[in-house]
Amino acid sequence: MSPPMVKAEAVRKRFGRLEVLQGVSLEVEPGEVVCMIGPSGSGKSTFLRCINHLEKIDAGRLWVDGDLVGYHQVGDKIYEQRDAEVCRDRSEIGMVFQGFNLFGHMTALENVIEAPVHVKKIPKREAIVQARVLLERVGLAHRLDNYPSQLSGGEQQRVAIARALAMNPKLMLFDEPTSALDPELVGEVLDVMKNLAFEMKTTMFVVTHEMGFAREAADRVLMMDDGRIIEEGTPEHFFDAPSEERTKQFLAAIL
Amino acid sequence: MATDTAEPAASEEIKAIPVRHPGRWVAVAVLIFLGIAVGNSIASNPRFQWGIIRHFLFSAPILRGVVVTIELTLAAMAIGIALGVLLAVMRLSPNPVVASVSWVYIWLFRGTPVLVQILFWYNIAALYPRFGLGIPFGPTFAHLTTGSAITPFVAGVLALGLNEGAYMAEIVRAGIISVPEGQTQAAQSLGMTRLMTMRRIVLPQAMRVIVPPTGNETISMLKTTSLVSVIAVTDLLYAAEVIYSRNYRVIQLLIVASLWYLVLTTVATVGQYYVERHYARGASRELPETPLQRLRRNLFTFGHSTEAVPEASGERR
Repeated sequence: MSPPMVKAEAVRKRFGRLEVLQGVSLEVEPGEVVCMIGPSGSGKSTFLRCINHLEKIDAGRLWVDGDLVGYHQVGDKIYEQRDAEVCRDRSEIGMVFQGFNLFGHMTALENVIEAPVHVKKIPKREAIVQARVLLERVGLAHRLDNYPSQLSGGEQQRVAIARALAMNPKLMLFDEPTSALDPELVGEVLDVMKNLAFEMKTTMFVVTHEMGFAREAADRVLMMDDGRIIEEGTPEHFFDAPSEERTKQFLAAIL
Repeated sequence: MATDTAEPAASEEIKAIPVRHPGRWVAVAVLIFLGIAVGNSIASNPRFQWGIIRHFLFSAPILRGVVVTIELTLAAMAIGIALGVLLAVMRLSPNPVVASVSWVYIWLFRGTPVLVQILFWYNIAALYPRFGLGIPFGPTFAHLTTGSAITPFVAGVLALGLNEGAYMAEIVRAGIISVPEGQTQAAQSLGMTRLMTMRRIVLPQAMRVIVPPTGNETISMLKTTSLVSVIAVTDLLYAAEVIYSRNYRVIQLLIVASLWYLVLTTVATVGQYYVERHYARGASRELPETPLQRLRRNLFTFGHSTEAVPEASGERR
């Protein structure tokens, strides 16, 4: 049996005195779509950033696809990974940010081919062919030569998804991908994400407040509060009968 | 009241008579009058001796001086920019030793006058009469006498370039920290190394902030090179000095030198404009107008309103 795509065991992370993650344990199976919800400041984004080692965890264990994140273990000794190894691991995990973070000096197409050409060393011509396919899949075949400043928020986020997909990741992380968008643009981004979940069977870990998306696309939902996962279940469970008082409050506030 | 939403109502175009600006015409008249008065005084004052200025403007020693000034500027700026990028990246390094070395360098070279540094490098032979290539505390492979290696020109380039590096470091650092953190995170999440992120993502976007002050520094450098006349490098100013020390036409030769400095700084200014325009790519929806486009627009709208004519700014890249 293949190892879980993500496995966390009592993961802790502190910023100075503030303990943001207070022992998070979870598993995400290959092909699964998991949504994480929770109030702001509860540690959702921090946990997501730990998965590709943008943040270092302080305690606990975190594996992606069976390998420790940021370290490797020989016997009972743990060695810190070298920069090149961290980069190689990251290149296999796609990440989509709340603020898009498209490279401002590059066109949509250049954004998408940047990492395949310079990290994976794929010939440029090949990368362009692949990027055109990806941008077409997110509905932006007509926007190849536009700079991010010339695109709407929804279009920028769809380019960002294409950019992450261009590395052919085994896992996609979404950090509140629709929170910075105008309400009428949210749908187009969610449609692309649903397509990934249903058609491409991509393993996705999504921090979001879009309960509609969670209900339709998620296999499981996790509720995070104060650096802990306080409830876990199917989307239906969360809609119909959340058990924790805190979860009820939170859902009542966002729905 | 019913509103027809299916078809927008026909709207009447506004055909207003533009506001007149008589004040602008008065200002123009006054300035033209003053311009003519100053011009007349300069042209009619025989002591300017325009013939002599014309004679020396394109004379061989002056032209050679212009070339030396350009060479000094280019060499010093090249050293300054390369060193500036290096020092800025060092200063932002997580390694505290590397960061402090950069800080000390900037402190030292920005904290002493550039004229002192020029004289220092010129006299370096007093400290190290010979220098060799080899392993420290080990064998040496080649020897050179300092006097033959550090010519006045080399001393000038060294002093100006090393000094400029300290200023450029701060300019580059400002550019780097002006690029949002999210850009670095996005690059890292794609698996790019620190160096690649800096070279491919951060520095190109930092250029937009770095270029204007660098243009400023280049223009400043064009003029600062005149300081090397104290160590007898035959730059533009020194060439003029040599001539007027023989013929005593001090003012005329200083005007000759000034005219050339103006030409050089003008060329640098135009160059800066186009470099800036290049790096504006992606930063704004439309590229700024070229001076020609702006001139055309101003000519058409002068005396009326100052609103931009949209068709003049429509060009891309």
